[in-house]
Amino acid sequence: MTERFSFVVNGYPAEVTADGTAPLLSVLRDELNLRGSRYGCGTEQCGACMVLIDGVPAYSCTRDTASVAGRRVTTVEGLSSNGALSPLQQAFLDEQAGQCGYCLSGILVSASALLAKNPNPSRAEIVTALDPHLCRCGMHNRVIRAVQRAAAGGST
Amino acid sequence: MISNTLPLSLTDNPILSQWIAFEEKGRVRIATGKVEIGQGILTAMTQIAAEELDVTPEQVRMVSGETDVSPAEYFTSGSYSVAVGGAAIRLVCAEVRSLFLDRAAEALGCKASELSVEGGKFLRAGKDTGRDYWSMSGEIKLDRRASGTAPTKLPSTYRIVGKSLPRLDLPAKVAGAAFIHDIAPEDVVHARVLRRPWRHARLVAFDEAAVRKAAKAPVDTLREGDFVAFTGASELAVSRAAEAARASARWEGGMPAPDNIGDREWLKAQPAKSRTVENGLPGRAQGRVVEAEYSRPFLTYGSIGPACALAEFKDGALKVWSHTQGPSIQRDWLARALGMETKQVTVFHRQGAGAYGHNTADDAAFDACYIATRMPGRTIRVQWPREDEFLAAPISTAMAIKLRAVLDDENKPADWTIEIWSPPHAQRPGMNGNSNFTGAEALPNPPPQKELNDIGDDRGGGATRNGVAIYDLPRHRLIHHMIPGAPLRTSSLRGLGAWANVYAIESFIDELAEAAGEDPVSYRLALLSDPRPHRVVETAAQMSGWFDKRNLGEGRALGFGFARYKNIASFAAVVAEVEVDQDVRLKRIWCAADAGLVISPDGAKNQIEGGIIQGASFAMRERVRFEGGKVATATWADYPILRFSDIPEIDIELIDNPNEPTLGLGEASVGPTGAAIGNAVARALGKRIRDLPLTRDRIAATLLAE
Repeated sequence: MTERFSFVVNGYPAEVTADGTAPLLSVLRDELNLRGSRYGCGTEQCGACMVLIDGVPAYSCTRDTASVAGRRVTTVEGLSSNGALSPLQQAFLDEQAGQCGYCLSGILVSASALLAKNPNPSRAEIVTALDPHLCRCGMHNRVIRAVQRAAAGGST
Repeated sequence: MISNTLPLSLTDNPILSQWIAFEEKGRVRIATGKVEIGQGILTAMTQIAAEELDVTPEQVRMVSGETDVSPAEYFTSGSYSVAVGGAAIRLVCAEVRSLFLDRAAEALGCKASELSVEGGKFLRAGKDTGRDYWSMSGEIKLDRRASGTAPTKLPSTYRIVGKSLPRLDLPAKVAGAAFIHDIAPEDVVHARVLRRPWRHARLVAFDEAAVRKAAKAPVDTLREGDFVAFTGASELAVSRAAEAARASARWEGGMPAPDNIGDREWLKAQPAKSRTVENGLPGRAQGRVVEAEYSRPFLTYGSIGPACALAEFKDGALKVWSHTQGPSIQRDWLARALGMETKQVTVFHRQGAGAYGHNTADDAAFDACYIATRMPGRTIRVQWPREDEFLAAPISTAMAIKLRAVLDDENKPADWTIEIWSPPHAQRPGMNGNSNFTGAEALPNPPPQKELNDIGDDRGGGATRNGVAIYDLPRHRLIHHMIPGAPLRTSSLRGLGAWANVYAIESFIDELAEAAGEDPVSYRLALLSDPRPHRVVETAAQMSGWFDKRNLGEGRALGFGFARYKNIASFAAVVAEVEVDQDVRLKRIWCAADAGLVISPDGAKNQIEGGIIQGASFAMRERVRFEGGKVATATWADYPILRFSDIPEIDIELIDNPNEPTLGLGEASVGPTGAAIGNAVARALGKRIRDLPLTRDRIAATLLAE
């Protein structure tokens, strides 16, 4: 059964007509055409679909759309503004923290939440924040350095 | 000196215009059959082209893997892309530059040697001549054969090659764009395919009412034989339909896999085609004998993004969008499997998640194409679910390896035998004359499978890849038992047989050193008379402080691993520091590598580090298990890989060797890493684990044994 849901996505109000049990990931990708959040496993095991709900990282692959009504959702597309990459995204480029890049959307979202809460995280805190994310290419150390660089204001 | 012998990519695609065009003012179009799979290849190719043409990297536009335009360059595999595909682009660009300069010199009444090129403009004594590639492109026909004889630049004059150009594809990727999964035409038809649980299983039935109920939206069912697809406008609906179908499907017949498939005993008991290759001195040596057996399990490539493909069949023409590693081969075999002419099919490569070997990209492409031929005029999008990636993907095969050495009076191996039991490592589309698309096998009356063979030794081997140790061995015997009848689609994963062979050989070298009472690195160095590998081993030992760290305390040790990938590509030596209690923890890793001329040092280090982490993950965690005839490891929880909290700091040093040809690099660090970890664990535990992976269960079993 489809219903209407309103929520805020990347700072803009969004209204969708969807099955309330549809995963948020499919609504973001198919209804709102925000295709940066990625399907990886559908079972909260890889982190490729990670978004922020009211600023907290959440798996969008299993999240009922009905449960985000009235809340703020942030996807990787919401990290940049007016087409300009955020300092965190720029730090990933500066460290060349990517190979295939498929896991990056989710990692960037989790890292942005970490930095919002803790502007100077230790390596251990970064690892803890990113441990829900799988990367198969082996970019882990570059990603950690990128988060450290962003925390230091891009100066590391 | 960089060799000017024609690389295979150029002999297969000998016409200059297959590679290069000056269509848009100020831009050069370079076509390549090699594709981006996360390794940064298009950035490296851009550097090579810009360097030889004297244009800026920004002026180069790469067209990759589009079969109507790009040269046919087999698969993007085997660490061949820079060494072979890049070499072709270098020769083509050097020749084109030279053709243009000769013509410009003629027109200007000067010698070509008086001219230089900057940003594609031709200069004389540093002054603009008003001529450039674009103004002269009408005068020079590029539909001519490459001679391959134009001089290429000296590496000492390079301005772009050898510098770390930032990856061209990363800006889009950090912004959340760039993947095939995101292509969403209007009115696209979403599709999911029901996969068989094991090879040749026959579908008895599935609960159609349950499928309709689960979908919650209109979904059509397409069934031909055992090929069942659910199609519709809603991706969510077809995905729910397919899940319900899988849950309720009943299967019979076919080739269910036994639970013990892949165990050392299972491998050695299988019917095999056996051969022996002997090298070196005649006769057998006498002396002290050391023997050991090793094994590796089945592995999956485990891309984070499940496969996706799109296809459209219209007016007799089939267009396919795929993240395949072999666009031209895929085109040829899609045509054959669908009963079409090759010219009817065009493949457009689009990026997927990392490909570490033969994954499901080609299968997804076949699924989409087959459905498209049944729904002409519509664009079909097939997305594989994660579970099918584990259950139905090609699989990297288990292997058993036995090593035997006879030691001489100085405790050096006077006689060396390696015996390998393995199914083949290659069943990509077209190999052995089979299409190898899983969907095609499910159609009614599929063509009978042709006899399986492994990749020949002349092409690097499959199970025998790196089976011949690089050390000074006066008598060498390789016995290869190729198992053709495994009930699985065994195929290529990064390094193929090299990972296990290097694990076995490098473990065995440590065992010989121990038998000789010598340090493992000193023992290796004494068996490496060639100075090039000698230097790589010494560099890694030095980086890690190998000789100063003989005692790190209980449960902690360093281990060493070394190989030259395929014995012709890059050299890599790895030192791992581990701590072992119930589990293995990585504390630090060092790697020294010699890849000859490196196009992008940062890109090379990125590949080496990725190979280290993947090799460590294979060795420490990974094993596909079977139950009830099918793969039992169907989620990431069942098939753990290394995570952020498992990764140590990693130091990499590239040995500067710009005057040597570029050596393939992408797979070089994987085998040495597994071996280094295995050797470190053996030294930390005082007992050796010869059957991978190095899990808690294996550690406990090894400590309890004896």
